[in-house]
Amino acid sequence: MAATDIARQVGEGCRTVPLAGHVGFDSLPDQLVNKSVSQGFCFNILCVGETGLGKSTLMDTLFNTKFEGEPATHTQPGVQLRSNTYDLQESNVGLKLTIVSTVGFGDQINKEDSYKPIVEFIDAQFEAYLQEELKIRRVLHTYHDSRIHACLYFIAPTGHSLKSLDLVTMKKLDSKVNIIPIIAKSDAISKSELTKFKIKITSELVSNGVQIYQFPTDDESVAEINGTMNAHLPFAVIGSTEELKIGNKMMKARQYPWGTVQVENEAHCDFVKLREMLIRVNMEDLREQTHSRHYELYRRCKLEEMGFKDTDPDSKPFSLQETYEAKRNEFLGELQKKEEEMRQMFVQRVKEKEAELKEAEKELHEKFDRLKKLHQDEKKKLEDKKKSLDDEVNAFKQRKTAAELLQSQGSQAGGSQTLKRDKEKKKQEALSWLTWYFKWKCPVLS
Amino acid sequence: MDPMRRSPSPCSSRPSSPRTPPCKMLGYVGIEAVLDQLKIKAMKMGFEFNIMVVGQSGLGKSTMVYTLFKSKMWKSTIPGLGMPTPQTLKLQSVTHVIEEKGVKLKLTVTDTPGFGDQINNDKCWDPILGYINEQYERYLQEEILITRQRHIPDTRVHCCVYFVPPTGHCLRPLDIEFLQRLCRTVNVVLVIARADSLTIEEREAFRRRIQHNLRTHCIDVYPQKCFDEDINDRILNSKIRDRIPFAVVGADQEHLVNGRCVLGRKTKWGIIEVENLAHCEFPLLRDLLIRSHLQDLKDITHNVHYENYRVCRLNESHLLPRGPGWVNLTQAPAGPPATPRPSKVRHQVQDDSKDDEEY
Repeated sequence: MAATDIARQVGEGCRTVPLAGHVGFDSLPDQLVNKSVSQGFCFNILCVGETGLGKSTLMDTLFNTKFEGEPATHTQPGVQLRSNTYDLQESNVGLKLTIVSTVGFGDQINKEDSYKPIVEFIDAQFEAYLQEELKIRRVLHTYHDSRIHACLYFIAPTGHSLKSLDLVTMKKLDSKVNIIPIIAKSDAISKSELTKFKIKITSELVSNGVQIYQFPTDDESVAEINGTMNAHLPFAVIGSTEELKIGNKMMKARQYPWGTVQVENEAHCDFVKLREMLIRVNMEDLREQTHSRHYELYRRCKLEEMGFKDTDPDSKPFSLQETYEAKRNEFLGELQKKEEEMRQMFVQRVKEKEAELKEAEKELHEKFDRLKKLHQDEKKKLEDKKKSLDDEVNAFKQRKTAAELLQSQGSQAGGSQTLKRDKEKKKQEALSWLTWYFKWKCPVLS
Repeated sequence: MDPMRRSPSPCSSRPSSPRTPPCKMLGYVGIEAVLDQLKIKAMKMGFEFNIMVVGQSGLGKSTMVYTLFKSKMWKSTIPGLGMPTPQTLKLQSVTHVIEEKGVKLKLTVTDTPGFGDQINNDKCWDPILGYINEQYERYLQEEILITRQRHIPDTRVHCCVYFVPPTGHCLRPLDIEFLQRLCRTVNVVLVIARADSLTIEEREAFRRRIQHNLRTHCIDVYPQKCFDEDINDRILNSKIRDRIPFAVVGADQEHLVNGRCVLGRKTKWGIIEVENLAHCEFPLLRDLLIRSHLQDLKDITHNVHYENYRVCRLNESHLLPRGPGWVNLTQAPAGPPATPRPSKVRHQVQDDSKDDEEY
């Protein structure tokens, strides 16, 4: 892989030039390491195995800490995945560890679909990363990588062979993730049975074409150790968080009436080998394989599925940007449509409101007219009454003047009348006026 | 805030994932072995670095490259009397692999002969910007393939060293125009070339004037203030920013001084030692470029400048439905259309300024 990289680069027509003095770029690896340290590392492990095989205990033992979590029951209706993320710090290295565990794996009666949630979960992580990578504005360098870097497959220590569920699941997972099979609770198997078991497992894996993760042997510094470890796969491990006093040291161990099994004793189990391989030697390689092999495969399949090709039928290179463009146009079109709809609705509402208002205005006008008419009627009536009253007053005045005239004529004919005669005359006049008045008023009586 | 300001914090040490509970480990696990694994992997892969030197002819660019990397990149740099001055700016790129203590570095140096040499220097930055964008384009095309290579060859310009002639006054209009455009696309390191013609006081005054010019025209040279991650970075980079532009002298001949063989320029009045901090600031430039900030230069190019280019390119796609710049790799998009427009940069800044406030 990478050993040929620099050769390839050199071979592309550039020569190696000798240095005439000390330049100082030998600090480059340190610069790179410092940058990585400041960014922090992340590592995601998936533990697949039946309930009760000791997955959580093994994780606790591997990372020397107590992760929270409750043991699962056997009554789960389906397989679920439980994911937890922890921040570990060792000297100046910060590790963001995510442990995903299957819950209810192997507990159902019908296990045909047991592998599906696991595969879907792994694909979902790849999909999330792909989506981030395809974004136009992306932040890949701060993106929390949730892709599974290593899958520890826990094999039940039956001592015979792999279960068919194990084979099926591993076959489905081998192209998506780095599988490291381990024999769990291996203190239940004796040494001779263990060697036979391991041989049986490896032969079954090979005959079924399951590709498990092989520790890389191309770099001289780790080739030897990795090579020997490859021969020890699958690792037989024991997990324990209890510390017991053995000799004069405190060690992680499990106590039985017939003896004590030490976790970190290489003669007892392969736990130390697993820790070496998983964390101390190959963590970076696991991450790189995930990114450059499994993720690239997923990406390729997904993009081809979406219809992208590297060359069009007219042999013009890629159409990825055209799809970007098409998607963008689609999006803009949708926006425009929505805008149109909204505008139409708005116009309609305005019209309705306008009609309502017009109605109200009309009503008001009518009311006003009615009132005005009423007012005019009233006024007319009053004027009529006033007129009649005026007529009456005029008539009265006329009679009054006529009566006065009569009185004045009568007083001329009388000469020197005394006051009495005047009084009497006045009385007579008043009487005659009254009679005339009554006659005028009620002509019926006369 | 200046709309030309770029998005901050390319390699934030705080990942964007939700807050997770810290776990106390009860014993040694061996997680720090991952650092060794990284180192081994890096040494095996080798490193790449692409540098561009820009400046008028006669400012000592090739000599500076020699002094920096102690290796002769070009055969001869003194134009003969019979050679005509180049009419247009033609960029020349040379690649060599140099090795030191097991670390292999593939170094590409791009020279720009003829820059600023014509009478009318209008748009002399176009070929340079076009070249830089072409490298980004090449990387983008590789990255966008369905079946892509494991390691995409990185020809993007990580650093552009701009040589300012030692006039002693201030930045010239050509310098200002060029720097304004270039700082948005690539990391620019400013140096005063041939500083042996200035006295120490003149150097300081010149430096202050240049710094003032840069501030007035909002030119952000490397190390950019907005990319400082934490307090240590800020302290370190502030010291560097105070000394920018470095007054450097290049030399390719060795002379005997006090019994030691040093690189220097010999004149009648003395020998100017290149590596002596009292004489010139070359050691500062070398330390910045190679010993301490090389990885940072590459990271900023990858995380900021390349991403900005990518955003522009993918956003502008609706303007060029099937233009020649798409299909054919050899036809690079011309400089100006690919430089980010102020509106887009401002929008990006607004998005990222919110993140900045959280920190």
